[in-house]
Amino acid sequence: MTDEVVIRTDKLTKRFGNFIATDQISFDVYKGEIFGFLGANGAGKTTAIRMLCGLSMPSSGNATIAGFDIYKQTEQIKKNIGYMSQKFSLYGDLTVLENISFFGGIYGLTDKQIKEKSESLIETLGLQKEAKKLVGSLPLGWKQKLAFSVAILHDPKIVFLDEPTGGVDPVTRRQFWDMIYSASDRGITVFVTTHYMDEAEYCHRISMMVDGVIKALDSPANLKKQFNAASMDEVFFELARGAKRKSD
Amino acid sequence: MTDVVLNNISKSYNKGAVKAVKDVSFSVDQGELFGLIGSDGAGKSTIFRVLTTLLLPDSGNASVMGLDIVKDYQAIRNNVGYMPGRFSLYQDLTVEENLLFFATVFNTTIEENYELIEDIYVQIEPFKTRRAGKLSGGMKQKLALCCALIHRPKVLFLDEPTTGVDTVSRKEFWEMLKRLKQQGITILVSTPYMDEATLCERIALIQNGNILSINKPEAIIKQFPQKLFAIKAGNMSHLLEDLRNSKLVSSCNSFGEFHHITFTSGNESETQQRLISLLQQKEKHADLEIRSITPTIEDCFINLMN
Repeated sequence: MTDEVVIRTDKLTKRFGNFIATDQISFDVYKGEIFGFLGANGAGKTTAIRMLCGLSMPSSGNATIAGFDIYKQTEQIKKNIGYMSQKFSLYGDLTVLENISFFGGIYGLTDKQIKEKSESLIETLGLQKEAKKLVGSLPLGWKQKLAFSVAILHDPKIVFLDEPTGGVDPVTRRQFWDMIYSASDRGITVFVTTHYMDEAEYCHRISMMVDGVIKALDSPANLKKQFNAASMDEVFFELARGAKRKSD
Repeated sequence: MTDVVLNNISKSYNKGAVKAVKDVSFSVDQGELFGLIGSDGAGKSTIFRVLTTLLLPDSGNASVMGLDIVKDYQAIRNNVGYMPGRFSLYQDLTVEENLLFFATVFNTTIEENYELIEDIYVQIEPFKTRRAGKLSGGMKQKLALCCALIHRPKVLFLDEPTTGVDTVSRKEFWEMLKRLKQQGITILVSTPYMDEATLCERIALIQNGNILSINKPEAIIKQFPQKLFAIKAGNMSHLLEDLRNSKLVSSCNSFGEFHHITFTSGNESETQQRLISLLQQKEKHADLEIRSITPTIEDCFINLMN
């Protein structure tokens, strides 16, 4: 982790009619940082992530993502980030190799790069036997590891992970975090949401969103100190139980 | 008195290519809160669908309230409540219409059993004219539970009711389950969240269609075969690497703020000292902290998986 800022938001706000989904959020995220973006259901996380990925126009406020302006340079933003979610990430009716070359193509890699990337990726994940199998037939844990590798295929500056480990078995969940650490070591910033509070501990810093506002932002150790709590679960409970919004 | 019995149930998909459930047997007592704990693909939903008579097993037999899942399927359907993992209410009916629909299908009225769902329904009542498809995750979950309860079932099947729900709502949901249990309803609930296991009276840990262990959560924890230690240091990822490479350490897993480890040698106190001095001197770890701990269900699960 370095002090080079790769995400900067300044009073970033999104309104839907009278409803303020994301209310003046301001923060910086650094190169190589693992940044945990936590909050209760309905806190406004998804809305914020959609703006940061250049998929939704803010109502007011400013932000730069990988140095690009969130209003004017959304296409450049998309080229410099990776994204994966629990719900949709790969095509189930394409094989492992087909998914890799499809996304490689979308990200603008050359055929040669795609071939090299495919080989090294299959090797690292130990998917030699599964390379020509449909992704839909793989266990969820493998799918998620593959989806993460595909999301960083083009060496993006930032990767957004939206609940990447939901429902994944405890051993695979830990292997997934090994992959997150190695991406971070390579200088990729990891912006991650999770409902597992032990995973919150693995982040360098955590922001906690409640009712559209960032209520707390610090390292897990400092947050526990600040809220006099033994675990991140207690910190979360302390902050989120006062939430008024319960929508998604 | 047992309410749910499975004997050697197996089920495969794709002409036998995917073995979802392998020779599974267990039983749930009347009025018991029983948890099926396992990750995605463990076979939990298949078990639920077999027990709710929506899917025929390849082999084995099962009964619910003494009724056979094949012969007596209609009687079972009248007496159980089922909340599938996927939201399965009518998205274009309102909250109130969904509830009325399910009450009518089961030949009853909302008024007749209102007292059973009142606690839960009052929380979504302000939105009763909203379409179900427009509800948030937490509210959908509460409505689905109300619809599964409106005919006052004797056995309730809840397939991953808390998946994707934040920790505050999860705690509230388990409070609701406790109150339903007090009404004498037998509850079979599944979850991928290991920390919810201790909220059940008995649990089955399940992985790849096999039951790894069935018991009371505290008994499963007692069966953990070795002494477990929690260790931390200034740099946790380097510590993890060094622990994995150490001959003194037999297992090592990250658990939030700490890594949990077991030793290869039975003489733990001596090994602990040796490990600490090695880590301090050779690997130069600072701020080392180690202590003996009681395993969690997740520790037990990982141990049984290996």
